[in-house]
Amino acid sequence: MKSLAAKNLKGKPLRTAVLVILSALLTFTVFGGTVIVESLDTGLASLENRLGADIMVVPYEAATQKKFEDMVLQGSTGYFYMDSSKLEMIKNTEGVKRVSPQFFLASTSSSCCSVAVQIIGFEPETDFTVTPWIKKSYGKDLEKLDVVVGNDLNAFVGDELSFYGVKCKVAAKLDKTGTGFDTAVFTTEETIKELIRSSLEKKMNDFKDIDPENSVSCIMIDVADGYTAEEVLNDINLHVKRVKAIQSAEMISGVSDSLSGVSGIIRILMTAIWVLGIVILLLAFTLSVNERRKEFAVLRVIGATRARLGRTVICEALIACLSGGAAGICLGILIILPFNDIIEQMLGLPFLLPDAVSIIKYVIIAVILSALSAVAASGTVAARISRIDTGVILRGDN
Amino acid sequence: MLLEARNVSKDFYRETKNTNRFTAVNDISINVSAGELCVLMGRSGSGKTTLLNILSGLLKPTRGSVLLDGKDLYELSDRELSLIRNRSFGVIPQGQTAIQSLKVIENILLPLKLYGKADDKDISFARELLERLDIAHLETAAPAELSGGELRRMAIARALIGKPGFIFADEPTGDLDDENTALVFSFLKERAKAGSGVFIVSHESDAKEYADRVLIMQSGKIERA
Ligand SMILES: Nc1ncnc2c1ncn2[C@@H]1O[C@H](COP(=O)(O)OP(=O)(O)OP(=O)(O)O)[C@@H](O)[C@H]1O
Ligand SMILES: [Mg+2]
Repeated sequence: MKSLAAKNLKGKPLRTAVLVILSALLTFTVFGGTVIVESLDTGLASLENRLGADIMVVPYEAATQKKFEDMVLQGSTGYFYMDSSKLEMIKNTEGVKRVSPQFFLASTSSSCCSVAVQIIGFEPETDFTVTPWIKKSYGKDLEKLDVVVGNDLNAFVGDELSFYGVKCKVAAKLDKTGTGFDTAVFTTEETIKELIRSSLEKKMNDFKDIDPENSVSCIMIDVADGYTAEEVLNDINLHVKRVKAIQSAEMISGVSDSLSGVSGIIRILMTAIWVLGIVILLLAFTLSVNERRKEFAVLRVIGATRARLGRTVICEALIACLSGGAAGICLGILIILPFNDIIEQMLGLPFLLPDAVSIIKYVIIAVILSALSAVAASGTVAARISRIDTGVILRGDN
Repeated sequence: MLLEARNVSKDFYRETKNTNRFTAVNDISINVSAGELCVLMGRSGSGKTTLLNILSGLLKPTRGSVLLDGKDLYELSDRELSLIRNRSFGVIPQGQTAIQSLKVIENILLPLKLYGKADDKDISFARELLERLDIAHLETAAPAELSGGELRRMAIARALIGKPGFIFADEPTGDLDDENTALVFSFLKERAKAGSGVFIVSHESDAKEYADRVLIMQSGKIERA
């Protein structure tokens, strides 16, 4: 009976094409939508994971100008400094478990990249935010003038990069995070201070009179057990001058708010298109089957069971919807996977494709959904046609 | 093999002057036995098609029963009755009944393919039927390309492909010329001689020449047997 269903579809190429294209669009929407929504979720999780500190302290201007937030979320470049005496003050604040300073610099003149690169330096002895995930890509400690590059940078292990005339060696490349860190370069305090000094010598640094030895850009804080991040944050903002303490969770909550907005819109669109599609498919199947009522009556005459009539209708629907579904998934893979960078830029949110296993899972779900919608759209018609009154239909109306 | 209709009636519900029930077939009892060619004649609207549908397992009578070798057709499950229609009955319905998406030969072999496969022997039998019905040249044509008479002969070949014990033909020569009418009647007669029970509804007075028995139907009743 499968062959009869297939031949029926072949017999009406135009109608079949419409059915196939419609289900391709449906599957594309659901598959693509799911991948985008999941990528946003994965991106957010990765951001949470990468920030790794409860509180971050930056110079007051950097916080008010959103420099720091844009750096983390959008991957824009920026650098700012405050006196390293702040570090001591914060370390002595009640409820602070550990602190670690970071140093920022931006380079427009690196040999690897056409765009500006954010350079982030950390203190190896105290660092607890960057080191854990550098460890994943690079087992050893960084030597002087070693750098680790973000996944989106066009540089590879062993390459030599020059920043402000200082030649550095790429020791490792990080996994993709879907965040602003993908276009950043990481290195140790020792190396970045060398770079800062060189930028000052070349007069390419906006902060003409800073002393690299007594400056930090950002202080990462881990809050001790028994204290809330709010308490410590308020304490710092109250007592340490010209700095702003930011709660990581809060910075992320801005992202997760707009993220759930975007996800929500995508989900609503997906559902609307899906429902509309099923209604159109239902209409199409009803028309197509009603037009052939007599043919189905003939099948009864030559001995087809009621169940078989129903199966033929559902089989036609399944063939059309599943081949459309396969096309839709291919389209989704061809459009979304290679262009995920563009989608990320358009959305301006952390965006990290789920791993292959998850993508295979979404493919399977999309296939099951398109099969289900085929059955949903053709089921009632199939049930109705299986109850046709053969003796009544075939009464010489011709 | 014996097919017996016992006191079958069929009511249709439709608006008329005093009642909304219309009895198209009214308490008819007839037998069709193997090897017999039976012709049913009568005015249009007298209930011939309705009776043929009841006999061939396509229309459940309002009252009465149809027995095939003692088994009541309408007490069987859908699968059992469908199998009987497929294996034991060959029906040539009134009107055009081609499956448009299948070629002529595929239409003819379809009854066999419903419950299995058509082997080489079946295909050569299908070709033989096409040959006998003078449409061999249309074997791979699409139904849409055929004339009314050619479609009719295709439907006859489809009804005969399974060598059924009973053949039901509703106006099988309605759109055929004299030559083809004679061809079809003698062909059906041949099947009866070979042992099938043949039940033909016809307006054609020629049909009587081939009949073992002629029945006349009027207003839902068999008038003369
Ligand atoms: N499904 C139905 N609903 C209502 N009335 C019906 C139905 N089927 C048949 N009838 C009525 O039953 C009567 C007999 O119909 P039937 O088709 O058996 O006639 P017939 O003898 O085959 O006529 P013809 O020679 O024109 O084919 C007709 O008056 C018809 O209107
Ligand atoms: Mg009739």
